[in-house]
Amino acid sequence: MSSASIPDPTAPLTPSGNLRRRQLVSRVSEVAATAAAVLAIAVLVLVIYSVVIRGAKKVSLDFIFTTYPTGVGPMLLGTLEIALIATLMAMPIGVLIALFLTEYSGAKGARTMKLILDLVNGLPSIILGLFAFIAFVEFKGQSGFAGAVALAIIELPLIARGSQEVLLLVPQSLREASDALGVARWRSVLTVVLPTALGGIVTSTVLAVARAAGETAPLILTSSNFDGKMFVLNPFEALPNVPTWIYKLSEEGNPEGFNEAWGMSLLLVAFILFASLGARALLARSKRKLSS
Amino acid sequence: MTTVASPAAQAGGRGTRVSPLRKRADSIGDRLLLGICLLAAAIAAGTIFLVGYQIVHGAVPAISKFGLGFVTSTEWQPNFGVFGAGVLLFGTAVTSAFALFLGAPIAISIGLFLTLLAPKGVRGVVGPLVELLAAIPSVILGFWGLLVLAPFVQSKIEPFLHSTLGFIPIFGSPQTTGLSLFTASLILTIMVIPIIASISRDLFQSVPRELQDGAAALGATRWEVVRGVVLPTTSSGVIAACILGLGRALGEAIAVSQVVGAGFEIKGSLFETGNTLASQIALQFPGALTELHKASLYYCGVILLVIGLASNLIAQWIGRRFSYAGAVAR
Repeated sequence: MSSASIPDPTAPLTPSGNLRRRQLVSRVSEVAATAAAVLAIAVLVLVIYSVVIRGAKKVSLDFIFTTYPTGVGPMLLGTLEIALIATLMAMPIGVLIALFLTEYSGAKGARTMKLILDLVNGLPSIILGLFAFIAFVEFKGQSGFAGAVALAIIELPLIARGSQEVLLLVPQSLREASDALGVARWRSVLTVVLPTALGGIVTSTVLAVARAAGETAPLILTSSNFDGKMFVLNPFEALPNVPTWIYKLSEEGNPEGFNEAWGMSLLLVAFILFASLGARALLARSKRKLSS
Repeated sequence: MTTVASPAAQAGGRGTRVSPLRKRADSIGDRLLLGICLLAAAIAAGTIFLVGYQIVHGAVPAISKFGLGFVTSTEWQPNFGVFGAGVLLFGTAVTSAFALFLGAPIAISIGLFLTLLAPKGVRGVVGPLVELLAAIPSVILGFWGLLVLAPFVQSKIEPFLHSTLGFIPIFGSPQTTGLSLFTASLILTIMVIPIIASISRDLFQSVPRELQDGAAALGATRWEVVRGVVLPTTSSGVIAACILGLGRALGEAIAVSQVVGAGFEIKGSLFETGNTLASQIALQFPGALTELHKASLYYCGVILLVIGLASNLIAQWIGRRFSYAGAVAR
């Protein structure tokens, strides 16, 4: 025990060598964390920049509205149609599941249901494509409808969870007021709870659509047999669609095809970014309104 | 509140008795709504079983022909009717593991940045932007990987890694195209980062403020607060988030099939071409001619489904244990 190890109590408080090292480590870790965030955003900007720069050369009104080879109108229409059918299937079921979770199930039922939703959410999209292939394409041939079923399964957990979050924000006092007036449960659910949460439910649905619109794996197995030379409306045929066509062009390795693929990528990315950013902003607003 | 003034409410307000007819209608309505909600829940549950059943059913010819040997066999020759998923399993494991190895530290750092470092305004911008990374469709990310990332990897990153870390065999000599397991891993890294980052941000936000302030009051630096308080209290949740990210990487078909190069051999170097279970299905299923070929691809799907569900369940289990421990601690 030498007396040197005891600090001199009268000395001024300055960082010793050890503290300086600890502060350095802390500083370095802060810089590293910031760098990680910058890196992620740089990648996002880089991808979007590449798509915009190369896609902008191709995109024009003709490109959007005419048929192949001058434009990709049929693919855009088909993608809209598939997304619409998928949402028409997924939205009612998703909202009903959310109602089940918030209004009816106990804690145990809610836990089971959440687990199931998470499992559905975790199914790889290519697996859903295989499923739609066995369930529909094996018997009836390719159809946009089969693809829409697969996309509906992708949308379902997203809509259910999003709606559930909004429904949970509906003030309990509204339900109690309705109960106190002797209104039956189903009436208060349909006329009080749902209308209050409607805005949030719609925006979560838009988010789910934005996610499903770019899904490719199910569609190359169920709705890839098209040439884009005419508009197709019948969902029980193969519907032309954007993701499959981008995939096809990227596999062909033809420079002119690459340009078309960039153009379509730009349209798809623009739709998805605007839809998800807009829906996010609206969702944040309606959540704030509900919880205040 | 116009909605509250429904007929039933008005009837009650006037002090009149609710008619028996209305009562019966209400009890039917209550049961009906509950029934429909239960039906919707059953549809969701049924989906899982139906998907699982159909895919196993489709794989039966391959399962009965190759048995469990399918998993280890490395022969995949559609023309001779010989199929084995060894190479695919190897490619899936290597790309996903490497993506997680690169992506998890970055994503966790982003989570820490968002909760502890960023000022409020920056947080509101950076958080949603990182999540937007997950919104980019995989086919576009793969297309970008094919035309922008792969050439760059081939001309810059591969030579650099080979010359500096070439003594490790996985960094072999650069190849001609840049389509490789390595490029596929980079694309997968981009996909897992937003998933892990947003979950870990939510976890870090749930760490009680008092614990962090207590550590800081004892003289801990910011890093020591993270090391000593934030990470230990959330570690199991972070691991669950990583497993969820892994599940996402394992199942990605399209983007991987665009950049992985569709090789059919197991090679030691990451810069060689390879293939994964999911991307093999995407590449070969549309052109599969024989029943056995299709069944073998379904078999790949079965393996993928089992791994995917298992990783999801493990993540849930760890996450639940975590939330239990957290509830006790508080």
